[in-house]
Amino acid sequence: MVAFRLNGTDVRVDVPDDASLLSVLSHDLQTNGVHFGCGRAQCGSCTVLLDGEPVRSCVLPVSTAAGKSITTLAGLREKDGQPSRLQQAFIDEQAAQCGYCAAGMIVQAHALLERNPNPSDAQVRSALNGNLCRCGTHNRIVRAVLRAAKEG
Amino acid sequence: MSTHSAFDRRTFLTASGYLALSFTLPLEAFAQNAAPARPKLPGDLDSNRMLNAWIRINPDETVTLQIGKVELGQGVLTAMAQVCAEQLDIDIARIKIISGDTFIVPNEGTTSGSLSIPNGAVAVEQAAAEVRDILLELASQRLGQPVAGLKLDNGVITAGNGAKVSYGQLVTGQELAREATGQAKLKPVSQQRVVGKSIPRLDIPAKMTGEAIFLQEYRPAGMVHGRIVRPPAYVAKLVSVDIAQAEAMPGVLKVLRNGSFLGVIAEREEQVVAAAAVLTRTAKWDVQKSMPGTEGIYDWLLAQKPKDIETKNDPRKDTMPIAKTVESTYYRPFHMHASIGTSAAIATLGADGVTTIQTHSQSVFDTAAAIAMMLGVDKSKVRCQHLQGAGCYGHNKADDAAADAALLAQAVPGKPVRLQYTREQEHKWEPYSSAMVVKTKATVDAKGDVLDWNLELWSLSHGTRPSGNAGNLLSAKYLEKPFVQPVPVNGGPPNYAADRNAIALYEFPGQRVLTHFITDMPVRVSATRGLGAYANVFAIEQFIDELAVAAKTDPVEYRLRYLKDPRARDVLTQAAEKFGWSKWQKREGRGRGIAFAKYKNIAAYCAIAMEVEVIRRTGRVRVVRAVCVGDSGHMVNPDGCINQLEGGLIQALSWTLKEEVKFDDTKITSEDWASYPILTFSEVPPVEVSMINRPGAPYLGTGEASQGPSGAALANAMADATGKRFKRIPFTPDRVRSVLDS
Repeated sequence: MVAFRLNGTDVRVDVPDDASLLSVLSHDLQTNGVHFGCGRAQCGSCTVLLDGEPVRSCVLPVSTAAGKSITTLAGLREKDGQPSRLQQAFIDEQAAQCGYCAAGMIVQAHALLERNPNPSDAQVRSALNGNLCRCGTHNRIVRAVLRAAKEG
Repeated sequence: MSTHSAFDRRTFLTASGYLALSFTLPLEAFAQNAAPARPKLPGDLDSNRMLNAWIRINPDETVTLQIGKVELGQGVLTAMAQVCAEQLDIDIARIKIISGDTFIVPNEGTTSGSLSIPNGAVAVEQAAAEVRDILLELASQRLGQPVAGLKLDNGVITAGNGAKVSYGQLVTGQELAREATGQAKLKPVSQQRVVGKSIPRLDIPAKMTGEAIFLQEYRPAGMVHGRIVRPPAYVAKLVSVDIAQAEAMPGVLKVLRNGSFLGVIAEREEQVVAAAAVLTRTAKWDVQKSMPGTEGIYDWLLAQKPKDIETKNDPRKDTMPIAKTVESTYYRPFHMHASIGTSAAIATLGADGVTTIQTHSQSVFDTAAAIAMMLGVDKSKVRCQHLQGAGCYGHNKADDAAADAALLAQAVPGKPVRLQYTREQEHKWEPYSSAMVVKTKATVDAKGDVLDWNLELWSLSHGTRPSGNAGNLLSAKYLEKPFVQPVPVNGGPPNYAADRNAIALYEFPGQRVLTHFITDMPVRVSATRGLGAYANVFAIEQFIDELAVAAKTDPVEYRLRYLKDPRARDVLTQAAEKFGWSKWQKREGRGRGIAFAKYKNIAAYCAIAMEVEVIRRTGRVRVVRAVCVGDSGHMVNPDGCINQLEGGLIQALSWTLKEEVKFDDTKITSEDWASYPILTFSEVPPVEVSMINRPGAPYLGTGEASQGPSGAALANAMADATGKRFKRIPFTPDRVRSVLDS
């Protein structure tokens, strides 16, 4: 049994301690926007916030989350369900092709803006270097993050 | 967010319930009764002629658009909804799309070759126009008013006397169960309000806010988890494995061994992962050497006995004296699709004997047929339903995943089996884009002008898609009764395959192109974005640059000597202008390069200019900026075109700078993102894309137009920066240093 806070709600799941956080989020808690990419913490598409810090949920056993707070892409929305400023900036910039990696990008960028509300282009790129995009949407993604910062 | 209605998953997944009832069989059922002379209809409408196969008008005033083309991340569903909304004159938010369900939608073949807009959108457009005309006719009868006096606004038809009727009220039965006639007129371009606009992508809000939209987020009740255990090498036989040990593990439902195919199903994901690890550890394989090794591949290619195809032979007719002969050779390695998500599928064997597979395949119909052949069942017993996956750039492992999930599902009837590959499996077993060698030779006159242009290329196949044949499915080759992969063939004109874009669009006095097509496949290969075009354009556009430099002529000016197509000239000159070509100042270590291609010589035009910096000491290449000008004809969605061209440009920079699939004599060794690195954020240059719009001109496929010019512009800029030519991809620091030191 593992208990933690997921997107502001207390959850308790009866799963093996060594199940990956990603697997439990995806299959047991039916959370969307947490995507398997590599299982090796190399691509960032499964990124979630663990007590506010971006982590790769594919390599973390679910027990790591015990007693802590997990935030996923869906949990970044406003309380009324509307997209967050950062999510809206991604929509406004049409910052996706397939959009599969975007979940992790937005979570990673959210953490950056919490730490540094006014990053430079280079700082955004540096913060996202561990998140891989194959469609070639990088520049739109950077613009979306900068736009959210500017509108913040 | 009302735009979600276009992608209502519930609609998609339950659609068969109400749609199948009124679904009218397409072509086959009507062929025997058909009138002898049937008009040629636009695009895929010609082979799927029934209007109700494409469009349904629902009582709630929504419209269901049923298409065989699928969303791969290219934005095609939005474009299809646009052309439909335009001709039907309804708000785009009222369109629901069912895409890629083989029991519902028209068979539009594979979503590939930048053909969705040229073949699919024109079909939807014509079908929608015909449906609109039928609705106006029905309204005229209902209201007792002439068609000419009817006004149409957002699905409501109003007569001169003020009487109104809506689409949903007009269609109550089989009114649309008719063949298209080709007679309905499209809205004139001047009156179009939706087509030609950068309508925001309908699927993006869901993807940015964490709503269920990907296949990976589809979780049917009772779903169990499957994994495949692959051999340690391409050519391997399973000698023994401890099945009992794996089957005794917690949650394990079944271990499947069929010849050298090994799979396992368990209740939970971590259980299936643990069981697969035990199978991997206990399996003994008989492995054979079968591969030439990364370094040996080019010698191997040139040593084969290929099938020779004369792609073009247009000898020079004049007798101008030859002053000089110039030759060059270019090499591209195997590249992988390397989607960010690994391939996945969910398959269920139903009580009716139908295996239903949720898949992100590009070719749902042909893949379903190949899977039926593998399972030994009738085609009607396999249904594929497309759900979106991670970005797809060609024939990747989506089809294998569908097939493997189907194999596993046979062992647990009634249970949905979810299969997702590991990163290592995705990297090592996908069909790559073929390595190629391209040799060019030109004779020039005393002024350095081209007289005879020759290009010869060596390539494996670029097309081993399932195509209804089980032999093209990876696991089918390892079964107890293995399926043999068919001998591949090279695609001919007008699209070509290995020799795609091998014919230079330049009008030289003489031009010959010879394709050496190698049917052996020591490395698994198939279609990747652009097929042979990437390597062929890389060669052509570097070679013409070399000739320009040798003729002491500006590379833009030199190209324009031979480029007669005015639209080709426009993209080239505008790219140069926007880059600032004529006022560019040379600096130490910096260079500029330009390149052009018209994709397949029949699709979008694209020219790219690039500035690079080459750091001699380290061999590192930094792309400073890129400028791209495209011409996709009349654009359905300009921002979609821009997004595709920029994405293709950046992806090709990654191929050209960093990527090479590595292998030894038995297996692929590029097994993750560390051993097969791709371009990262800090390495991506600023890219400026602009489009030349051609209202009213045919739509030209765009998704694969920029890769060739991107690689070539980079190489040309590096040559300008260093005075050396870079002819072997990728341009890793080691290789760049060795060229600089040579």
